[in-house]
Amino acid sequence: MQDRSHNRGAADSPKGSWVRRSLRAAIAAPLAGLMLASQATYAGVNTTGLAVTDDTVTVGILHSLTGTMAISETGAQEAEKLAIKQINESGGVLGRQIKIIQEDGASDWPTFAEKSRKLLVNDKVAAVFGCWTSASRKAALPVFEKENGLLYYPTFYEGLEQSKNVIYTGQEATQQILDGLNWVAKEKGAKTFYLIGSDYIWPRTSMKIARKHIENVLGGKVVGEEYKPLGDTQFGSVINKIRLKKPDVIYAAVVGGSNVAWFKQLKAAGITGDKQTLLTISVTEDEVLGIGGENLEGFYSIMKYFQSQDNPNNEAFVKAFKEMWGDDSVIGDVTQAAYLGPWLWKAAVERAGSFDIDKVVAESEKGDIELTTAPEGYVKLHKNHHLWSKARVGKWKKDGQVEVVYESELIEPDPFPAGYQ
Amino acid sequence: MSFMYEKLLGGKNGTVGFVLLATLILVVFPLALDGFRLNLVAKYLTYAFPAISLVLLWGYGGTLSLGQGIFFGLGGYGMAMFLKLEASSPENTAIQSTPGIPDFMDWNQLTALPWFWEPFNSFTFTLLAILIIPSVFAYLIGVAMFKRRVGGVYFAIITQVVSLILTVLIVGQQGYTGGINGITDLRTLHGWDITSDFAKNLFYFITCFLLLAVILMSRFILTSKFGRLLLAMRDKEDRVRFSGYDVANFKIFIFCFSAMISAIGGAMFTLSVGFMSPSFVGIVPSIEMVIFAAVGGRLSLIGAVYGCLLINFGKTAFSESFPELWLFLMGGLFIAVVMFFPNGLAGLWEDHSHHIKKRLGFITSLFSKNDTAAVAPKLEGSN
Repeated sequence: MQDRSHNRGAADSPKGSWVRRSLRAAIAAPLAGLMLASQATYAGVNTTGLAVTDDTVTVGILHSLTGTMAISETGAQEAEKLAIKQINESGGVLGRQIKIIQEDGASDWPTFAEKSRKLLVNDKVAAVFGCWTSASRKAALPVFEKENGLLYYPTFYEGLEQSKNVIYTGQEATQQILDGLNWVAKEKGAKTFYLIGSDYIWPRTSMKIARKHIENVLGGKVVGEEYKPLGDTQFGSVINKIRLKKPDVIYAAVVGGSNVAWFKQLKAAGITGDKQTLLTISVTEDEVLGIGGENLEGFYSIMKYFQSQDNPNNEAFVKAFKEMWGDDSVIGDVTQAAYLGPWLWKAAVERAGSFDIDKVVAESEKGDIELTTAPEGYVKLHKNHHLWSKARVGKWKKDGQVEVVYESELIEPDPFPAGYQ
Repeated sequence: MSFMYEKLLGGKNGTVGFVLLATLILVVFPLALDGFRLNLVAKYLTYAFPAISLVLLWGYGGTLSLGQGIFFGLGGYGMAMFLKLEASSPENTAIQSTPGIPDFMDWNQLTALPWFWEPFNSFTFTLLAILIIPSVFAYLIGVAMFKRRVGGVYFAIITQVVSLILTVLIVGQQGYTGGINGITDLRTLHGWDITSDFAKNLFYFITCFLLLAVILMSRFILTSKFGRLLLAMRDKEDRVRFSGYDVANFKIFIFCFSAMISAIGGAMFTLSVGFMSPSFVGIVPSIEMVIFAAVGGRLSLIGAVYGCLLINFGKTAFSESFPELWLFLMGGLFIAVVMFFPNGLAGLWEDHSHHIKKRLGFITSLFSKNDTAAVAPKLEGSN
């Protein structure tokens, strides 16, 4: 109990005037230091005033529970809770049970920044699992860097970023794009590509990389490149252009609700999986719930994880997920990546023997933390804060699941790809 | 002194309200809240600027604008552009293909700074632009609308459409504007760290003083002859016109003034929060600003500030305690306010203070028969 009081001690009082607080801090800091020195066993576990006690450690979960992104982010936070529950059942982290403080990002980027600050400054959480869109990460990032927090970010994203305070458990752009294009060029003999995406940073960066790869490496040709505003539902003109150009492959990065209109209008125009090759980098099992498997049948997605992947890790994961969140739940790529976050954190903390952010980051940066139990298969954390992972191509079936038709070797993450910028 | 008292503070009631508000934000909050919460209040208070502008424009002028986010956003983007340029020095951006331009431009294959970004290297220009660009923009909209006697619901719809267009433009032109991510990662102002606790506290107090100054200025406008004309226009526009006044010019003026106030709020928002994004420009934030004014009481400058504080405290508190239910609670709060206090918080205060004063008046009248001031009828919205 004594330890609990000194861990809280100086820096952790949530309320009260800041004048009083700083006075108290001035007095308490040397005292706490003395007490820490006398209690060597706990000295290293938490030297920066995080919310760690003898038997608990507090972490934050920050996803949108409300607003337009809620439908996508729900899976991620469910997976994180599942991982944390499993870690707690197996004895916790450094003998401490994980407690969760959950905050709602409300699909609103400044709210992500506000809540990040709350979790780091007020609650002193040891790690945060959260964010989904690039915009929310960009908004929260300066807060994590300023307050020296640790964020585990689960979404596949555009790369061009590597922060000391973020571990990226999704794939950066090249890990997803290059192998998919190679596959479609080899397997389908594709020469001409039509690129279409929603209009924001991730699709634009992805298409930039795709175009360079198509033109410089594959020797193919981009016959059209088109961006639609987020949430747009009018794809008629694009579909007409596609009919005119007759590309070998439609390469799509349409996100969110627009997907429903996009695929339904394709089908209505007679462009279906048996006649046209379509490869998308933005559709997971979560989106297919809304789109409907029948509208996607025969099209391809490239991801690092599919729910129907056949291995013992995944079998156990899917079973546990459905037990906790219901039989109807589906698991998409990001959900699985989110599940890895708490496990990677646990591994780094236990190797560091400490919850201190700097020590956990230093362990993570050694580049040899690996998970053999990941549902997607073996993964390893790279020095550059991203994961080594495989790319997989799935062919959509009517029931909203895929048949995995291709699996790459383990790909090295490269957030700043030379020659693609 | 009497000029100060009558014109700037608005007499006894106005003074009491003003002093209470000043005490609350300058003394009570800084003492009662820690740095993190104080920074949140700074953010809430920046929303009070557009809310106050709506009290002038809507409450007194009778012209509802659903596009105050436009001006809040223009002010905020102006400040953000200056800060972003400073953050994008060639040393900081050495890893880019083109060092020295903002990171999002590099991601979008721009190789040079666009011409309209160049002037934002100057802080003086930025400050002037924050005040002038929104006013000029409002002037153009105002001339186009009011000179043609477009008003009421048509004006509301058009301002809403303009805010939507601006959002689409910002999101679509991401190479020039930062797109949906907005302009993020702002760190220093003339080499001075704006993310430190000291800077955050300083911005809080600057926001407070600017807010109080804006309230005084607005009160001055309302207590002047112009203010009376504004009320007259709201209630019987034709009579004012037939009396020989050019109604359109008055409306244009108050619209420009409200745009300028909103822009100041936007600029302070960027400084306090550390970034700007199109989510403060569009329809939803513009309507939220109307809600702040309505909850506070649309005839009360000071009420608008309390409206902002109440709604935003509610948002934060509910979403922290009930992350899955908080939207319902916010909805409940709106319904309750609209049902039970149709004149907003200011109306509540009005009724209540009247009641208390009546009692006080009764008690004092036992001792002196001449004291009738306390029960004298008050001008609507004088608070």
